[in-house]
Amino acid sequence: MESIITGSGIYFSYDEEEPFRYVVDGVDILVRRGEFLAVLGHNGSGKSTLAKHFNAVLLPRMGRVLVDGMDTADEDHLYDIRQTVGMVFQNPDNQIVATVVEEDVAFALENMGVEPSEIRRRVDEALKSVGMYEYREHAPHQLSGGQKQRIAIAGVIAMRPKCIVLDEPTAMLDPKGRREVMTTLRQLNKEYGITVILITHYMDEAAQCDRVLVMDKGNLILEGLPNQVFSKVELLKSVGLDVPQVTELMYELRQAGYDVRKDVITEEECVEELMKLLAEKGVSRA
Amino acid sequence: MIKDITIGQYFPGKSPVHRLDPRTKIILSLVYIVVLFVANNIPGLIAGAVFVLLSYLISRIPLKMIFKSLKPIVPIVIFTAVLNMFFVDGQELFRWAFIRVTREGLLTAVLMSGRIICLIAGTTLLTYTTSPIALTDGIERLLSPLKRVKMPVHELAMMMTIALRFIPTLIEETDKIMSAQKARGADLESGGLTQRAKALIPILIPLFVSSFRRADDLALAMECRCYRGGEGRTRMKQLRLSSLDAAAAVVMAAMFGLILALNTLFPPVL
Repeated sequence: MESIITGSGIYFSYDEEEPFRYVVDGVDILVRRGEFLAVLGHNGSGKSTLAKHFNAVLLPRMGRVLVDGMDTADEDHLYDIRQTVGMVFQNPDNQIVATVVEEDVAFALENMGVEPSEIRRRVDEALKSVGMYEYREHAPHQLSGGQKQRIAIAGVIAMRPKCIVLDEPTAMLDPKGRREVMTTLRQLNKEYGITVILITHYMDEAAQCDRVLVMDKGNLILEGLPNQVFSKVELLKSVGLDVPQVTELMYELRQAGYDVRKDVITEEECVEELMKLLAEKGVSRA
Repeated sequence: MIKDITIGQYFPGKSPVHRLDPRTKIILSLVYIVVLFVANNIPGLIAGAVFVLLSYLISRIPLKMIFKSLKPIVPIVIFTAVLNMFFVDGQELFRWAFIRVTREGLLTAVLMSGRIICLIAGTTLLTYTTSPIALTDGIERLLSPLKRVKMPVHELAMMMTIALRFIPTLIEETDKIMSAQKARGADLESGGLTQRAKALIPILIPLFVSSFRRADDLALAMECRCYRGGEGRTRMKQLRLSSLDAAAAVVMAAMFGLILALNTLFPPVL
């Protein structure tokens, strides 16, 4: 499959004094067009820093990042790159600029100098795609956290990016808001074919993605399908990450000597495995 | 609740006054102020007052809102009235000890306080019928010729928008910080003025720190959405002058004419 973002040998450090204390320490990454990718990592693993390389907010000290064929170090393409890769941040309150929802969604388009009638059309379209069209005339502070985050996503979607990067978008939300955001993201990925890169430390969110990358101390240490990655319970625990509860349960059962699959990540699979185990032990459903 | 504070006291509505272009409303408000000061006799003042009353009726803003807007300026009105009443020279009406009231003094007092009342009522009608965003927008367009002399008009308007956007957020945050400090035993309510001012420090410092963090985050989010200043920027909502704006301008011109006519028909107060 074709790639939308290619990073090769990315090194980055914030500290000018100690330029060799790399926060991102030689990462090679390839993001495929149209995939739903999760980047997992403990606090300080460098995952947010890596994400900021994807739309030229940060430039690598060494190495190179190509976005849809454009080098992020190339100043001439800066706004093309930002338009191709949209970015949503953790705190929804700190990324909404305007005092009315629809004005905020229009912000990026106004910056890009799009025609007013076209802005109107795209704003309506973006608001509908995140299911917030009815709230277009509300003030941001009247909305819940999940709704605000969906507005922030709409503000990025309106640019018609090929890819959106979300840096822990659900960290400040309640479970309901978290579900809303995840549903919206999956829908954007499926229906509009937008590549989604989700930076998170929630395992259940990563379990819903197509592919998972795990970062630790500035390095990519694991890559694969969610069930492959989560089956490596010891490794994940050693870098301070958890696994989804169902995977954990399966892991503990295996440790206790029961023969169950270790790559279980959904509740359905877990129930199935447990039923099988119980049947083997002669306990019927009764 | 502290959160429910409305900003700019805007009353949403669909009346002709609401539908006027914000630029028209700003300019007409300014013209109205000039009209009030051109009127130099009581009939002129009455005409001005009737005009503002009619405007309120057309915009369907409850008339009691006039009184609400006047409340803060009552001391100024009284002060002006008293000053004019006692210190303007002219035909004596009555005298008691060292206090003497003249006919001219009384009339000037009525005219001056009437002007202030109409002025406040008229300009608050602008904020009652225009949303803060529309107002900012209008000001930006009106000031845009000043861009030629390097006035950062777009930047000023942007700052105003962001300030408006963050007022509710910061109020909410102040509320939270106050609760947090109270939970740790901070005493915000008792003590003298200096003591209470000192008690505010543990609230203001976290508020400032978090505001700077917010500013940082917002700047990053704006950059990610291709913000690069006012150059080449378009707007979703175009301001367009309609026949309604022309009609409003004609009405205001007629008002101006009426005042000038009244000025020649009746003697000036002073």
